[in-house]
Amino acid sequence: MAFAIKINGNMHSVDVDGDTPLLWVLRDVLGMTGTKFGCGMALCGACTVHVNGAPTRSCVTPVDSIGTSEITTIEAIGKTAAGAKIQKAWFDREVVQCGYCQSGQIMSATALLASNPHPTDSDIDNAMSGNICRCGTYVRIREAIKQAAQSAGQGG
Amino acid sequence: MILGHLTSQAASLGQSPSENGLSRRGFLRVGAAAGGGLMLSLSLPFANGQAESRDADKFVPNAFIRIDGDGRIVLAMPYVEMGQGTYTSIPMLIAEELEVDLSQVRLEHAPPNEKLYANPLLGVQATGDSTAIRGAWQPLRQAGATAKTMLVAAAAKRWNIDPASCQAQNGEVLHGLTGRSIKYGELAADAARMPVPKSVTLKQPQDFKLIGTPAKRLDTPAKLNGTAIYGIDVRPPGAKIATLAQSPVFGGRVKRVDDAAAKSIKGVRHIVRLDDAVAVVADHMGAAKKGLAALVIEWDDGPHAKLTTEDIASELEKATHNSGPVAQNIGDVEKAMASAVRKIEATYQVPFLAHAAMEPMNCTVHVRNNGCEIWVGTQAIARAQATAAKITGLPLEQVVVHNHLLGGGFGRRLDVDGVTRAVQIAMHVDGPVKVVWTREEDIQHDMYRPYWFDRISAGLDEKGTPVAWGHRFAGSSVIARYLPPAFKNGLDPDTTEGAIDLTYDLPNLHVEYLRVEPPGIPTAFWRSVGPSHNVFVTESFMDELAAAAKQDPVAYRLALLDKTPRAKAVLELAAEKAGWGQPLPERVGRGVSIQFVFASYLAQVAEVEVSRDGAARVRRVVCAVDCGTVVNPDTVRAQIQSAIIFGATAALYGEITLKDGRVEQTNFDTYQILRMNEAPAIEVYIVQSSEPPGGMGEAGTSAIVPAVTNAIFAATGKRLRKLPVDTTALKQPP
Repeated sequence: MAFAIKINGNMHSVDVDGDTPLLWVLRDVLGMTGTKFGCGMALCGACTVHVNGAPTRSCVTPVDSIGTSEITTIEAIGKTAAGAKIQKAWFDREVVQCGYCQSGQIMSATALLASNPHPTDSDIDNAMSGNICRCGTYVRIREAIKQAAQSAGQGG
Repeated sequence: MILGHLTSQAASLGQSPSENGLSRRGFLRVGAAAGGGLMLSLSLPFANGQAESRDADKFVPNAFIRIDGDGRIVLAMPYVEMGQGTYTSIPMLIAEELEVDLSQVRLEHAPPNEKLYANPLLGVQATGDSTAIRGAWQPLRQAGATAKTMLVAAAAKRWNIDPASCQAQNGEVLHGLTGRSIKYGELAADAARMPVPKSVTLKQPQDFKLIGTPAKRLDTPAKLNGTAIYGIDVRPPGAKIATLAQSPVFGGRVKRVDDAAAKSIKGVRHIVRLDDAVAVVADHMGAAKKGLAALVIEWDDGPHAKLTTEDIASELEKATHNSGPVAQNIGDVEKAMASAVRKIEATYQVPFLAHAAMEPMNCTVHVRNNGCEIWVGTQAIARAQATAAKITGLPLEQVVVHNHLLGGGFGRRLDVDGVTRAVQIAMHVDGPVKVVWTREEDIQHDMYRPYWFDRISAGLDEKGTPVAWGHRFAGSSVIARYLPPAFKNGLDPDTTEGAIDLTYDLPNLHVEYLRVEPPGIPTAFWRSVGPSHNVFVTESFMDELAAAAKQDPVAYRLALLDKTPRAKAVLELAAEKAGWGQPLPERVGRGVSIQFVFASYLAQVAEVEVSRDGAARVRRVVCAVDCGTVVNPDTVRAQIQSAIIFGATAALYGEITLKDGRVEQTNFDTYQILRMNEAPAIEVYIVQSSEPPGGMGEAGTSAIVPAVTNAIFAATGKRLRKLPVDTTALKQPP
């Protein structure tokens, strides 16, 4: 059946089974490939998007559960204040390597920063441990989140 | 925003540049690029690690620089970007000598062409073995310098002045006396007609502007906003999505398929049945996965139906009772062992490991009557082309391969089984099809880091110094399958690296390797390859000798390093920075390792805490590295950080096991990867050096493993001779 969902401020209509995970609607039906497939079981975080601002694993989120919720993906996260700060910190700190998991990392980190402008190491552990990076960029992710938090504190 | 220029260049660069009259056989060829620019192609010897075998007759072209009339400088990248930073460090080499800003260099993936793009250290067009910088170091700087010389000559001719009075700078040629300048783009067509200089002088290190600086990665911006295109993101118009189930037992076959339920699922288009796999082709992956789950497949498990890991380990163990091909022999171990005051013996074993790159295996293929087009992220594009040609029966030139960014390689994408599979499926599909493996399929049908079994022994003199070292091990040779010519007399240079070339002064050393291929499980290269095993064994055993001699592990090693000052220097540096010898809390220990592999020296000190229930946590790692001349120090740091997490993951968790012929692990719950909350603090110290560059993509992985297990020994007194870390053995008795 057809579902109308709001993604990055735009309405989209998709005709798929209701149990189709949002991940495949984004990637394969709508061609928004910035959101990545990693595990299909909410174990790695590569597919993280925001549903009404909350970090959500799109690989286990059926499209019929979305309703009127607003979806934000990596393609638009830079338009949010927290997202732009995180992206800049990622760039400044040279976080990325292969980069495949980084869409999900950035979405998780942005959600953290938006809800908690001054996260502690333990907050970072809690928010980010659901996102696997096989290139092992964790050290720099931690530094980058701290840098973004600092810039948030300075109002810039 | 250079990623916008990372096009999947395929056909046009696959042809030799149209040579003009001034080209000559030898190192460099020059051609007029389409549109009237300057094009250089390099000729490189098929070195394969043997400089002495160089022969002018074997020189073959290898890479292109193209300078267009509009000033664009395009480099066809023969090495692929899989996170290691090669798309930044390789352009740095050219830009340095060409005197252009890094932002002026644009990149294109090189198409498959072994003659043009063979990796000079591997002899095939592949990215692996930490060879990109080592292979490119001389030739790509020479390419840049040659192009610069010809551009200067073109400008001097136009001005009718002596080239020596001109200078290249920032993408233009200047004449200082008159203040005149011409941009490279305006000179490109003229430069293509200049004679190729017989030799060029490369810049001295003190004149480097880019090399040695932490240049920003060129691929970062697109990886921050979802616009970077990996193989899995490609979608040619009309492409269907397929996913598959391969025989759960390697070597098994499909016996019967009931696909009625699968076919009734919305979005499922058809089912492709192969001899040993079944694929569901659908409109999207959601439908394909649902269809796959609805299939009822009956398998004929074949000869390996009962195979277990224990069976394989037992075969390897048995093999080590007999002698094998001698990989290294120094002095007389037998005699020295007989005179030793004390003899220490041990057995070690390491497990099969999966790669588990974050981007699951995938490949998009369109098979037509007269051609085959492939979109994939591969470390071995020419191999991908060859397998497609073989399966389709098409001539090589009718197979076009577009290479893309890799969401992790680690050796997995040196093999092209995923391409083979996708082409097999695509031959049953009208139009293009993207075959995406589920994570479960990716882990259960990986090609695995081999299981190895080792017997190792040493004789100590009255001071505890090792006077004899004997090492014999058995396991798969990946090289024998992948590069048969490199497997000679039962030996290959990869499987034994890190075992036969220890940094220590050991007067009597004997190493034997027995190739034993396990049945029912394919093996492959895995980040840090041979050393991933050998460094664990040799550095653990060196720690055992220090303990037996009742000596400090660092001091014991240092005493054996007088003949390798670079090794000694990194060990001293790592120990000092780590605070070696300073007190630690109970059940926290420091462990050390030193290695010389991939032409780089690394010493690591790991600090590990073992809880009462036996769980080990790596708290801090200090790494000192001497990798010769550093091209991009930030990339060196990044690769060491990365490799330490990768190796620590293997040490603590990594294990693929077989039961009833099936891989027991399925996803990231049963094949665990180190996460943020477990990641150690990592400090990297780089030793300044003007030696030729060493490889950095893998070395950190092999070094961390024994550093961790040696730290666990220091914390608990338990010597771990089998990986991964057995937490049960580390439990503190109540």
